[in-house]
Amino acid sequence: MNRFDYVRPSTVAEAVQALGADPAARFIAGGTNLIDLMKYDVERPGRLIDITRLPLRAIEAKDGGLRIGALVTNASAAYDAQVKERYPLLSSAILAGASAQLRNAASTGGNLLQRTRCYYFYDTATPCNKREPGSGCGAIGGVNRIHAILGASEHCIATHPSDMAVALAALEAVVQVSGPNGERAIPISDFHRLPGDDPAKDTNLAPGEIIVAVDLPAKTFATHYTYLKLRDRLSYAFALVSVAAALELDGDTIRTARLALGGVAHKPWRNTQAEALLQGKPANRETFKAAADLVLQEAKPQSTNGFKIELARRAIVRGLEQAAAGTPQSQSDKRIQ
Amino acid sequence: MTVQFSPAAGRDRFVGQAISRVDGPAKVTGLAKYAGEFAAPDLAYGVVVSSAIAKGRIKRIDAAAAEAVPGIVKVITHENRPATSQKPEDYQDAVAPPGAPFQALASDRIVYSGQPIALVVGEDFETARYAASLVRVEYETAAPLTDVTAQSGASYDPPMKRAGIKPPPEPWGDAAHAFDTSEIRVNAQYRMADEHHNPMEPHASTVVVEKDGTYTVYDKIQGVSNTHDYIAGAFGLKPEQVRVLNPYLGGGFGSGLRPQYQLFLAMLAAKDLGRSVRVTLTRDQMWSFTYRSEAIQTVALGADPSGKLTALKHDAVQGTSTYEDYQEVIVNWSGVLYDCDNVALTYSLTKLDTPTPGDMRAPGAVTGVFAIETAMDELAHATGQDPVQLRLKNYTEGDQTEDKPFGSKELKEAFRQGAERFGWDKRQPEPRSMRDGRELVGWGMATGIWESMMMQSSARAVLGADGRLEVGNQTGDIGTGTYTILTQIAADTLGLPLDHVTTKLGDTKLAQAPVAGGSWTAASSGTAVMKACRDIAEQAFKLARGMDNSPLANVDFERAVFTGGRIEVAGDPSKGVALTDILKATGTERLEATAEAAPDKDFEEAYNAYTHSAIFAEVKIDEELGVLRCTRVVSAIAAGRILNPKTARSQILGGIVMGIGSALHEESMLDHRIGRFMNHNLGEYHVPVHADIHDIDVIFVDEEDKANPLGVKGLGEIGIVGVAAAISNAVFHATGKRIRHLPITIDKIVAEG
Amino acid sequence: MLIDSGSPGAVGTIGITLTINGERREIAVAPWTTLLDLLRERLDLTGTKKGCDHGQCGACTVLVNGTRINSCLALAVMQDGAEITTVEGLASLAAREGKNSLHPIQEAFVEHDAFQCGYCTPGQLCSSVGLMNEGHAKTRDEIREAMSGNLCRCGAYTNIVDAIEDVMQGAGR
Repeated sequence: MNRFDYVRPSTVAEAVQALGADPAARFIAGGTNLIDLMKYDVERPGRLIDITRLPLRAIEAKDGGLRIGALVTNASAAYDAQVKERYPLLSSAILAGASAQLRNAASTGGNLLQRTRCYYFYDTATPCNKREPGSGCGAIGGVNRIHAILGASEHCIATHPSDMAVALAALEAVVQVSGPNGERAIPISDFHRLPGDDPAKDTNLAPGEIIVAVDLPAKTFATHYTYLKLRDRLSYAFALVSVAAALELDGDTIRTARLALGGVAHKPWRNTQAEALLQGKPANRETFKAAADLVLQEAKPQSTNGFKIELARRAIVRGLEQAAAGTPQSQSDKRIQ
Repeated sequence: MTVQFSPAAGRDRFVGQAISRVDGPAKVTGLAKYAGEFAAPDLAYGVVVSSAIAKGRIKRIDAAAAEAVPGIVKVITHENRPATSQKPEDYQDAVAPPGAPFQALASDRIVYSGQPIALVVGEDFETARYAASLVRVEYETAAPLTDVTAQSGASYDPPMKRAGIKPPPEPWGDAAHAFDTSEIRVNAQYRMADEHHNPMEPHASTVVVEKDGTYTVYDKIQGVSNTHDYIAGAFGLKPEQVRVLNPYLGGGFGSGLRPQYQLFLAMLAAKDLGRSVRVTLTRDQMWSFTYRSEAIQTVALGADPSGKLTALKHDAVQGTSTYEDYQEVIVNWSGVLYDCDNVALTYSLTKLDTPTPGDMRAPGAVTGVFAIETAMDELAHATGQDPVQLRLKNYTEGDQTEDKPFGSKELKEAFRQGAERFGWDKRQPEPRSMRDGRELVGWGMATGIWESMMMQSSARAVLGADGRLEVGNQTGDIGTGTYTILTQIAADTLGLPLDHVTTKLGDTKLAQAPVAGGSWTAASSGTAVMKACRDIAEQAFKLARGMDNSPLANVDFERAVFTGGRIEVAGDPSKGVALTDILKATGTERLEATAEAAPDKDFEEAYNAYTHSAIFAEVKIDEELGVLRCTRVVSAIAAGRILNPKTARSQILGGIVMGIGSALHEESMLDHRIGRFMNHNLGEYHVPVHADIHDIDVIFVDEEDKANPLGVKGLGEIGIVGVAAAISNAVFHATGKRIRHLPITIDKIVAEG
Repeated sequence: MLIDSGSPGAVGTIGITLTINGERREIAVAPWTTLLDLLRERLDLTGTKKGCDHGQCGACTVLVNGTRINSCLALAVMQDGAEITTVEGLASLAAREGKNSLHPIQEAFVEHDAFQCGYCTPGQLCSSVGLMNEGHAKTRDEIREAMSGNLCRCGAYTNIVDAIEDVMQGAGR
């Protein structure tokens, strides 16, 4: 771990000012990913700006929805009475991720900004375009069973590891940010990027910007939803594939559908075409299969992760079945519903 | 040897009882200290820099920036490494395989990825860690060979055999011909992944330079004698100049059998600087020495339609390093387990650009028994036999590999009790025939086996005038419960309350004992402690008889009962004398005894000794999504006498959990292009977590064994052996799909075919 | 209030106040010192273990203001003002509740043989107390899930869950 300067502002304005235009400065909140990466010398910030004393810890009603402050811990969000009741999909997705200890420390903003778990990104002995632009991608042709099947580029096949963000994508959350040029709102679908030819850049946050809150819209999908996560052990592992599915039904007919995938791409993978396909159709396996096929139409395997395409197809179908039946996946009983 | 256990007491009060660990309070309060936690004045911290390449040489190593950091004491590389012994044999530790052991910083040559290439020593941990990130290295890179499949063609019979590792027996009968002419044939390849031990405590050594110039070394080692002799040899020190301690070890599983490079580097720096040094490895550096290397195995079974074996072939090619011929027993188990007239077993090695593999919990048996026990399940299916019945049909009362009877073998009883507890009779034999809601249910079973061994060992006992007894030797309690069982044995032998006995372990000042491994500690150290305590009993009895008006004056030793801190006459408790009174009356300050225990040569000549297990496993599988839950395991163990059912059960539970890991999770993934294990962390190298472990039931079947006076056979390894096969057999029963390549991950379950 | 450690690279230390196992301590720390390294290397509280140093094993679990976290991923300087309980303080935590000697969870771990080598144990214990403070886990499935951030390589999992259930049921009586 390198040495750095430490600053602890008490207002958002001070924080933004402290970050300034310094590309080597980083905000730190829970620290669960940043300190991890600093110990591997993957992140080498010259200055850490401790934002934990900023007043961003509230969960409050907002325009018929809910505003979750950027510093609300993952645990606080997951167990918040309003979140549990109105946005159980979000609660479930958060509880599917990490461990109790990490969720107690990790923040809402930090969760969105966590970096990929690609082995090569983490290992400074190997090339990685995300860590060291231009050095190449070690994962292509290497050990890549956990890597992307959608939206990858020849420069990077990393996936985004967050579970929470997948639920937020399905819920059409909006990320509120503050920066040198004031405040702006970024729809979650525009927040994370695909790697393209600049995989070093994970998000569309502008230099100097800070996440202050995440807004959940009024539509809650509190009845027909699921977060289904498939992984290499029954807890405390990143998703090979995960599905956030949310439906509104008129009898057996789908009125509204939301579908987002985790573990398959550089960002939470939402496919609005597939959602449109579901709309107005009967909520049955055939419909769900058609949606899954559409989502995976463009999927491309790497050398050892081809299984993820069929796995994702099946997970989508099951996720939609769970949502339609109103039998969301339990995160503690590991029997798949 | 005819000594019976605790003859003086005539009964056991603590042995056989579920006594809570005597080291429990120290461990639950955080007071138990591990190798990297001992303080020393002016302690410096060493951080290891690891090689980024697997093969080649260091062209240039630039430590200037690191050395310039204030608080950095020294950076040691191959260019400025202080001299150590020039004799290669000085680096051969007690359990080293044939070859030239790795020496850290010996030259510019790189022989595996992650090899230590510099030690950065600083005033504090963070400064050393920071400076280590500033060491710049230029390499000349060669192409590494790390793929055991690709290298299996270049396999060879190791010219030098590893001590204690039996090479495959000479074939008997004509296995090839018998197989070709068998009515029923099973022939398949079996694979496991490379596994890393990953004890929870990373390897660490604290070398304390004492005022008199001697060294006190706290090392993560499974037996302090091995570290001691290695250091004395490599650094040219007299034995008395080094004391090694390791009272607690945060898990070993074999990774702590050999002195590892952090010890060498800590000692190198401490001696060079004349200053105490600690080196603790990072978790990712736990992938830079020792592992369970994959073996590519084929098993061919021939049988008649009733399932009786007519031919058995088992071949294994295992990876080793370029510099040592690590060997383990993989194929022999097949010949020991089953009665068959035509058997051929082969084992060979192939060289890889990795660290030397090492013993990992039940080395060889985990690997080989997975293959043979999966193959036996395939044969059961092919012949329409119940898997238990098939094993009974091929049951053997003798070890065919050496033509000797077993000292004891209650495997049949283990099958019976295990099957009963599991409810095996309710199993529907047809694959895919059992369901629980949406999930397919699979019930599988397998046999486990491990060698029962005893090593020459000594122990010392001292009874003080206050009636308190101290016993101990150099062996380590690696979580196995050694402190507790030795305390129980000592207390029973001298009839003392448990809290009057203190057991000390893991210190070269104590009586000689080997490393803790191979499941031999209970038999070896247990017998030695019993004998030392018996010696004290005899001394005390002799003194008591000589006391004025001694109530024991005309009593034979055989009629003396040691109980409640007293010696009493059998059948007449009113006649007796307290041990404290004996010492007081005779003006004896303390009674001391050191005893040796060694394997019984006559027994070893006549018998072969193994522990056995019958493992039954239940899996529930969501076939569409490949999600597997191992919901139930029953393991019935035949391992001689159980000294402490509580700690014994934990040993087996631990073996089963690691077996579940081996079956379902554990896989160190190599990028062969660069010869590097890529998932070198606990987030991506998956070991079972709480959520993966459900009901586990452990049964100990009665088994009388006479290899040693305690009747124990050892428990450290037997719990894991066969677990992976039982689970993979359950997966077949659930799905009809035979997965012969561990771990059984989602991708393999959902794969076509 | 803006606290600034000074220029990058300088070994500046920052004064913080922590209440550790009930004892208030004023300590000067470098910004890069983790809570775990502070406890183990500076304060001789080696009960808290370093198993991976990356939040992947749970051996370093401590209670910060009653909440369990991985102390390896927490900078000490960021905990300024917090109340820290480590395994060494569990007994005194029990004492504050009028119980003497060990905390019930410590006793239950010994009774159920919920450890072997003991290295993951302090983390398992603090995590168990954190779990009970949280109050979300009730069933065995829920306990298992909520304890999954604490690896045990010796495989004492079933005994650990037994111990936690035991204490939870005792507390409910």
